[in-house]
Amino acid sequence: MKYAGLLVMPAGFFLSIAAVLLFPAPAPRAAFVFCGLAVEAMGLVVAVRGHMEELREKRP
Amino acid sequence: MTPIPPLSDAAFALILALFLLAPLAIAGVALINTGLGRSRSAAQSLLGSLAILAVAAIVFALIGATFVGAPGAAGHTFQLAGKPWSWLGAGPWLLGGLNTAAAQSQLTLLFEILAVALAAMLPWGSGADRCRLIAGCAAAAILAALVFPLTAHWIWGGGWLAQLGVNFQLGAGFLDGGGAATVNVLGGLGALALVWIAGPRRGKFPKEGLSTALPGHNAVYVLFGCLLALVGWLAWNVAGAVLFLHAPLSALPMTAVNTLLCSAGAVVATFAVTQIRFGKPDASLCANGWMAGLVASSACAGLVTPLAAIFTGLIAGIVTPLLVELFELALSIDDPSGAIAVHGAGGLWGLLAAGLFAPQAGQLVAQLVGIATLLGLILPLVCLLFWLLNRVLPFRVDSDGERIGMDLHELGGGAYPEFVIHRDESYR
Repeated sequence: MKYAGLLVMPAGFFLSIAAVLLFPAPAPRAAFVFCGLAVEAMGLVVAVRGHMEELREKRP
Repeated sequence: MTPIPPLSDAAFALILALFLLAPLAIAGVALINTGLGRSRSAAQSLLGSLAILAVAAIVFALIGATFVGAPGAAGHTFQLAGKPWSWLGAGPWLLGGLNTAAAQSQLTLLFEILAVALAAMLPWGSGADRCRLIAGCAAAAILAALVFPLTAHWIWGGGWLAQLGVNFQLGAGFLDGGGAATVNVLGGLGALALVWIAGPRRGKFPKEGLSTALPGHNAVYVLFGCLLALVGWLAWNVAGAVLFLHAPLSALPMTAVNTLLCSAGAVVATFAVTQIRFGKPDASLCANGWMAGLVASSACAGLVTPLAAIFTGLIAGIVTPLLVELFELALSIDDPSGAIAVHGAGGLWGLLAAGLFAPQAGQLVAQLVGIATLLGLILPLVCLLFWLLNRVLPFRVDSDGERIGMDLHELGGGAYPEFVIHRDESYR
């Protein structure tokens, strides 16, 4: 799960780059860059939850 | 790409003088890392900082500097949407031609060597009390050879992030004069990757109940480290403003003032937060707040007004102790030095604040794209590289080594031989 989260994060990066390339107007560009960051945040949350589950299983 | 404007003699002399003070930032961070660790790992922690500095400097000078490049210099570029995207520098290998290079290029190399040394030391502090020296040095070599050069080229070397302003009218492109992204966020993300892979210290998170408190062994080291770091950071931010923001000499006093105000705002806020939460101010969290203010100032000191610098510091100071607590209690992340919250989150906040308060239109989006790059590309890359390294050279010491302490296990002697080390109840 941790690695799945980390794999999602580059998708957010590419979304941000796509926003810069595809939207010349400032408002939609900023909105899509925010969306990219939101995807990254979701990936990070999944990765952190994966880390917590992994730790719980390993605890003595 | 636009070539770097040449420095005047006065600016050159000033930066050279500042670089003699900049290593104090490294010394401060090394002291903080040592003080926040346990007494039975103190010598290994400080020796590790020295070794990591040395390894990072040599590896970067020989390999990494090749990929950083400079604005206007040769680089690897591809075309996308009709715009050039410079993704990697193409300098000479093994310091070729450095002797005859312009003095300004040599000065920039010195800045980058100091920067990579500091960035590589941050994960070491987070891996305190359980990470092997050799693995820490190998991680530093990876950061210095691959990750730092990539990031530094994109931001400082005329790469695609720096060109966002020219190519896409996003302010002045991604701005990071003092190394908030290239040094602090990179180091903070490296710390997160290392902590994830190495796992927590033994006994830190028992099966039931709250996490065990493993307080730092020397608050004096930590707080003195903060004062040393202030001197280094002032030098660092002012020199970075000249080199990478091309600030005139007349703008430098305000950069220094903003650095001080940002860290002052942060420590006042942390002092208040810990006083309210715990009834007394917490020394190590106040140190974390102070450092988070310095880190945030790295991004914005050369760009914003003094009032905005104080506000940036206040937010950093409020958020940092809460994040430290959140990471430990809610997310089971064992980060003894607090590098993830202080340098990672503090640096990200500074970069965002630079976008919020900088006068240029579109600067906020440029900063957000930079943040998205750090989180979405650099963090997974560092995790992958550290995971591969861990397969070859495990970060974590064996349980016996952790029990007796890293000093005895790795160095054969403790930092404080005349003191009796008390038995640790958590190992029963």
